[in-house]
Amino acid sequence: MDIRFKGVSHIYNQKTPLEVRVLHNVDLEIKKGQFTAIVGHTGSGKSTLIQHMNALLKPTHGEVCIGEKVIRENEKAKNLKAVRQKVGLVFQFPEYQLFEETVEKDIMFGPMNYGMSAENAQKRAKEVLQIVGLDEAFSNASPFGLSGGQMRRVAIAGILAMDPDVLILDEPTAGLDPHGQKEIMNIFKELHEIHKKTIILVSHDMDLVSEYAQHMIVMHRGKVKLTGSPKEVFKNSQELEDCGITLPIPARNYQRIAEKLGLPLNDVPLTVDEFIDRIAALSFKGGA
Amino acid sequence: MIIGKYLPGHSIWHKLDPRSKLITVSLFVISCFLVGYWQALVALAGLELLGILATRLPLGYFLKSLRPILFFVFLTVGLQVLFNRQGEIIFEFGFFAITDEGIGNGLFMALRLIIVVLVSTILTLTTKPSDLTLALESLFSPLRAIKFPVAEMALMIAIALRFVPTLFEETQKILKSQASRGVDITEGKIRDKVSQLISLLVPLFVLSFKRAENLANAMEVRGYVPGMARSSINLLKWKGQDSILVIGAIAIFALSLWL
Repeated sequence: MDIRFKGVSHIYNQKTPLEVRVLHNVDLEIKKGQFTAIVGHTGSGKSTLIQHMNALLKPTHGEVCIGEKVIRENEKAKNLKAVRQKVGLVFQFPEYQLFEETVEKDIMFGPMNYGMSAENAQKRAKEVLQIVGLDEAFSNASPFGLSGGQMRRVAIAGILAMDPDVLILDEPTAGLDPHGQKEIMNIFKELHEIHKKTIILVSHDMDLVSEYAQHMIVMHRGKVKLTGSPKEVFKNSQELEDCGITLPIPARNYQRIAEKLGLPLNDVPLTVDEFIDRIAALSFKGGA
Repeated sequence: MIIGKYLPGHSIWHKLDPRSKLITVSLFVISCFLVGYWQALVALAGLELLGILATRLPLGYFLKSLRPILFFVFLTVGLQVLFNRQGEIIFEFGFFAITDEGIGNGLFMALRLIIVVLVSTILTLTTKPSDLTLALESLFSPLRAIKFPVAEMALMIAIALRFVPTLFEETQKILKSQASRGVDITEGKIRDKVSQLISLLVPLFVLSFKRAENLANAMEVRGYVPGMARSSINLLKWKGQDSILVIGAIAIFALSLWL
């Protein structure tokens, strides 16, 4: 399912003194099966953007196409519920949406809202618990007794249980320790590679973005500034800086080394592995 | 009443001391309940209209503030019209009789209700909630003499007001999270609706308790001790215009007592 934005603007509190324009004439396309990262400074309109992708918000101007469905300003609310099953949105700190007595019941809530039988929903809950890497023993535990990282996995499982084609994640690693971050990111990697889901990741962490994403969208003050693969986007380090975005750590380190050694700066490594390869190649040249 | 719906502006109302506004609005409301004549009530409505225009805010906000009480307005009018049996009967239908006095009384009460709500809307639209609390604290400070915890009460009001927008924001967030899990409050059977409501209320409670705990800790860390003398960063300034407003309000009050 492709997602396309055509000239989308969004204005909050329109026609009041508190009016704010958050999105300006946004055009973008996210293809089926892609792992896309949306980056931008705080207040750049990322959250507003992703809420259009599962029709929680409707565009003030322009149109959003989600698969076959076209959403414009005057779309009726009752036609939008189906969209939200196909496009699962995991908000920042999703653990706050947990409310049931047991983990299993909480995961079953979503699919049952879409008319799945309790029996099937229970089966589905077991499957998704496995996907997010939680033991079946958690099924009957209270979600409020879990650790922060475990709660977050349960919340993500609650969205996955609806079997969406597209999964949108708003800062899924915020507030987790580095180990927990890696574990969570690997869940999404698996969902992308094995379950063939379209993944849209909103993140401030450029290291995560360069490691996992195939495609990047850079937002700045409600506009799309840059798009392309991380390799292409991170070439524009000056423009990125204007948007308040720094390069991934390996790229920054490489830049400093390259400046010292007088090497070309146009093709910097983005991940730790690339960085090591590049340095290894350098030292080989130096030795020869 | 719309609490926490302050709209910034530069009108005379925005510049007045919140204490004078509070006194004036209170006196005006009492006056509305004291007057018994049409002419007097219409005169008060006229004064109020001038006051509303002086806020220089879009009239739509004032109309919006009336929406929640519309039901009560119709209820008062309806009850008066249907059950008041005094005066000349205009129309009779079995047990019900519609009289001229019934209609008159109903409209009178409706107008009174509308005036009262609109005048409090002037206050809340042009006064920051924090200023309103300061004003309350200042006006109630004589009660300290009888050991009434004025400062604590003001703090409680301030905290409650402070968290109205926060709770609202959080409710929106949780509503959206649950909407992403297929919750649609507008449809479904009553049983589904209850479980959908629980999906909103439980997270809201959990979050509120967490917030309360954090706030208590933050206050303790910053050395808050209940009952200790405190200073305030925002000092209220009583000016000549405040005195004029309050004198005017007292005059209106005296007139309506006398009439």
